Amino acid sequence: MNLAALRSEFPLLGRDENGKRLCYVDSAATAQKPQAVLDAVRRYYVEDNANVYRGVYALAARATQDYEDARAQVAALVHAEPEEIIFTRGTTESLNLLARSYGELVLGPGTNVVTSPAEHHSNLLPWQQVALARGAELRFVELDEDGQVTPEAVGKVVDQGTRVVALAHVSNVLGTVTDIAAIAAVAHAAGAVLAVDGAQSVPHMAVDVKALDIDFLAFSGHKMCGPTGIGALYGRAELLRRMPPVYYGGEMIEEVTLTGATFKEAPWRFEGGTPNIAGAVGMGAAARFLQEVGLGEIHSREAELANMAAEGLRRIEGVTVYGPRGRRESGVVTFNIDGVHAHDVATALDADGVCVRAGHHCCQPLMRRLGAASTARASFYLYNDADDVQQLLDAVASAKEFFRRVAG
Amino acid sequence: MSLDDVYRQVVMDHYQNPRHHGHLTHPTLSVGLHNPSCGDELHLDLLLDEDGVVRDAAFEGQGCSISMAAASMFVDRVRGKKIEEARRVVASFKDLLRRREADRAILGDLEALEGVSQFPARVKCATLVMNAFEQAMDRVEAEGRDHK
Repeated sequence: MNLAALRSEFPLLGRDENGKRLCYVDSAATAQKPQAVLDAVRRYYVEDNANVYRGVYALAARATQDYEDARAQVAALVHAEPEEIIFTRGTTESLNLLARSYGELVLGPGTNVVTSPAEHHSNLLPWQQVALARGAELRFVELDEDGQVTPEAVGKVVDQGTRVVALAHVSNVLGTVTDIAAIAAVAHAAGAVLAVDGAQSVPHMAVDVKALDIDFLAFSGHKMCGPTGIGALYGRAELLRRMPPVYYGGEMIEEVTLTGATFKEAPWRFEGGTPNIAGAVGMGAAARFLQEVGLGEIHSREAELANMAAEGLRRIEGVTVYGPRGRRESGVVTFNIDGVHAHDVATALDADGVCVRAGHHCCQPLMRRLGAASTARASFYLYNDADDVQQLLDAVASAKEFFRRVAG
Repeated sequence: MSLDDVYRQVVMDHYQNPRHHGHLTHPTLSVGLHNPSCGDELHLDLLLDEDGVVRDAAFEGQGCSISMAAASMFVDRVRGKKIEEARRVVASFKDLLRRREADRAILGDLEALEGVSQFPARVKCATLVMNAFEQAMDRVEAEGRDHK
């Protein structure tokens, strides 16, 4: 599919913003939705809506089938088995569920969880809190000069007490890509499992949980062109089988008495209550859409745009670009205009139709390390083109001139 | 919407040359506020006398030009004023940003921030200092009740 045709699949991209062409470069926050996803959600509600599992009528059977088909589509995206995919509300819930359930199983005094100071708060806080509650230690990998987590650095902190290594695949601030396969080997050699925050990788590159030897992988529907309020946790089947439920209630039980209960097999034992069926259907449609476009192509295109943008921004005098000094392997570019707060930058870009994120990106420890209270972040996705890069660069250059002028 | 409406010269002047920046030696009370969504931080010191007058005030913090300029303007405006009058400044400013009828005369330099009303996401920046002030006043009132 050529780029113009692909862009036309996303209805919102054709709209103007503040009288300017919309330049949406905040896909690391959330992605725009293609017609295929909007249609799938609508079709589910119009044709198949009923509660899953419990109905005996044909309509309910179709709803259940839609939900389970979606699970299979999401599983296929990351090369997992359908039974290894738990539907959640998103990456944050996936990581909380994992930390609570698996943490209850393996963490206690004398054990530790290894993570990094560059994590999104959602891959730091669940481990921090479960470690506190269970008397386990939380250890941090030293980042290298580029802010990267290397297998060597992980090797320096893991030991026989390590039960979980929890790391982001792609940093949402720096855009660095972690060598997950090599780190999996380090974690497994120490007898630990590897939990990966895939929020910024699964939507943007081919992720194969078997080839990378990942034990747990958390990701969100809305960042991969699916609806909000839906996400997934992949867990290796033999690990999920051992894990206790976290949410008790309807749908997840086998047999209940007043004094005890038995629970369904994984993944259903983790999905108490009526799930977000339409969300799952939309996420399944998004998984299929991304595979049709091709994740290899998506990855190389957005990395190319990010490299163009980083180079262009570096050429503007008075702009600082963060992240790798060499080639970028993801679509994230973080920057500041010297002497101008990132929020002021974002407001100025907004006036030019350019949507960027500004702030601490839910990564306060990393921001302290960068010595920046806040930064602006542009993040590219499959529907962005060279015009978006140019519009961003022009807007940054004119914002810089504007603030130079008013600051007189 | 226009950037020039927001980033007026007087706004940038307060941002770059903040008035009453720093700490008071003997404040009656201090409030620290943190805006978790953007990371802005603000610390407000107030010296109140028994007649309910803001004898002195100072602020320190880090944040965008709008939050810091608003803090400078607000502190400058309420120094020497009675608490009720300072509260009227807050109320009028919030009216202004909601595009309602506002008592402009009481606002002083704060009126220059009117353009922020065009950028809803930035209203919380402009009102950060006032939220700190209101928190301080709630504390004063609560303590007053306890002493009765």
